[in-house]
Amino acid sequence: MAEGTTWTTYDANKMTSKEIYGKVLAELGETNDKIVGVTADLAKSTNIGNFGDRFPERLFNVGIAEQDLFGVAAGLAKTGLIPFASTFAIFACLRGGEQIRTDIAYQNLPVKVIATHGGLSFGPAGSTHHCIEDFAIMRAIPNMTVVIPADGFETAKAVRACVDIDGPFYMRVGRGFEPPMHDDENFDFEVGKAMLLKDGSDITIMACGIPTLQAREAAKDLEAEGISARVLNMHTLKPIDKEAVMKAVVETRRILTVEEHNVVGGLGDAVAAVIAESGKGCAFTKLGIPDEYGVIGYPEDLYARYKLDATGIAETVKELLGKEIEADEDWEDED
Amino acid sequence: MPKNVSVDELKAKAKELRINIIKTANYAGSGHVGGSLSCADMLTALYFKYLNVDKDNPDMFERDRFILSKGHCALAYVPCLAMAGFVPMSSLETFNHYESAYGMHPDSRKIRGCDASTGSLGHGLPMGVGMALGLRYQGVNDAKVVVLMGDGEQNEGSVWEAAMAGAHYKLKNLIAIVDRNKLMIDGPTESVMGIDPIDKKYEAFGWYAINCEGNDMESVDKALAEAWAYDGDKPVAIISHTEKGYGVKRFQGKVPWHYGSMNSDLYKEAIADIEAL
Repeated sequence: MAEGTTWTTYDANKMTSKEIYGKVLAELGETNDKIVGVTADLAKSTNIGNFGDRFPERLFNVGIAEQDLFGVAAGLAKTGLIPFASTFAIFACLRGGEQIRTDIAYQNLPVKVIATHGGLSFGPAGSTHHCIEDFAIMRAIPNMTVVIPADGFETAKAVRACVDIDGPFYMRVGRGFEPPMHDDENFDFEVGKAMLLKDGSDITIMACGIPTLQAREAAKDLEAEGISARVLNMHTLKPIDKEAVMKAVVETRRILTVEEHNVVGGLGDAVAAVIAESGKGCAFTKLGIPDEYGVIGYPEDLYARYKLDATGIAETVKELLGKEIEADEDWEDED
Repeated sequence: MPKNVSVDELKAKAKELRINIIKTANYAGSGHVGGSLSCADMLTALYFKYLNVDKDNPDMFERDRFILSKGHCALAYVPCLAMAGFVPMSSLETFNHYESAYGMHPDSRKIRGCDASTGSLGHGLPMGVGMALGLRYQGVNDAKVVVLMGDGEQNEGSVWEAAMAGAHYKLKNLIAIVDRNKLMIDGPTESVMGIDPIDKKYEAFGWYAINCEGNDMESVDKALAEAWAYDGDKPVAIISHTEKGYGVKRFQGKVPWHYGSMNSDLYKEAIADIEAL
């Protein structure tokens, strides 16, 4: 176990990613007195309240005021502190979006925006509380690092890692309990480096966030049918791991991206840009929310609706395998 | 502690700043001359008497902080920083030019002594609240955080989010100054979107409010002295009643001179007006 961590496999099996975030942040606060927290009446909901329970003088609740939330976070950072600012993803990226962009990112301040209730994870709350736009918005902001962890173990690692990033950081987690993807904490997590979950040669599935586990499960099912799918955990959206994408293009020539986000502007588009700029041919499909507002429902039902579950991902893989790609036997020799 | 500087000395400095504003507008070709001239006395008093800042050590941790929330008045702020020794006077000649550190709005990553990048209105007071909280948490209790806002800027909701937070957290070292020059781009504030009674609004939000005549150095000095000496548990708001374009007759109280272009005739006329003040 990494030094200082006290989160356990038990925690990851019993706690939501946001609960683990709150817990790890409270632990980090013990050894780093530069860490402070800011929230906008969502201390409990985002679990940054765990940090506040431990350090009441270091958590600032600004009330229901998201513009103030990120402006205050910027001001705190200007005095040398490392603020973690938490609210729901939709309010972070849109209600406080300009403050994140202008006060925090433009000034390259080390504010860590930890956004919860991302994607469709707040299903029954409806579209006012769904957030399928944050990847696009945060990716387009210069200086920003964007990480979407797949489970609680990764959340813990990302929270620890972001403290050392000397600049703004955006991380999105869900609302509820999703089964952990990792068995324990013994895996390498490096911001900016895709994680190989399963190797394969017919196709590469690239996923981030909650659907990543589903992608791995789909690959297992496909294996039984004789389809060899590589699965990459693209937890870091920005900077995107171009090397991993190009390796997939060259070695599997078919790529499916899977994300709990609008298909516009997220992981799929980030990967597509790498492919297009390379000049290499590749069969390619994006799975996500097809540029529409989500319906009401429990997250698992919404994931199934948008094919973000193992069944939907496996189906889409088969469709993609049936797509024709222009044969050019020589392109592996090209520079 | 404020420095021992007389009102007469500050008046002379304010005149010099106004001349530098016009010179810089001339280098730049154009600029927000109206709002820059209206707040020139306040900036002068802050930088030459009140703010505890050090041109040789601009990052000094215990320093007072200043945020130009009305960021479009970098045309006054940057010349003021130059006069205070933070940046070379000669560098003002690059204002607005290709790859200059200085444009219409200040960039804290490029301007020595500038505490915050601003330009989008309504952002300064929240950052000021954050700075005041951060300093207090780190045991710096004497440093002031001063935020200079425009009056039209008071329309922004984020100002009031921060006003609530400043009072809630009893940030007694936070000073908000409203440059009440009464005009915004589309016309008089009270016809575009009224803000009066602005002092009462701050009081209702839990602030200690002071009114002053912002183009009268004696009144400015008195207001800042009161703010610096204030020992209650509220943040302080100074409503600085000014005239937009103050110092140049052609600009004074004229909506079109929120932003304008310079030419050599206008330049000479403006300098002559200011010198006659």
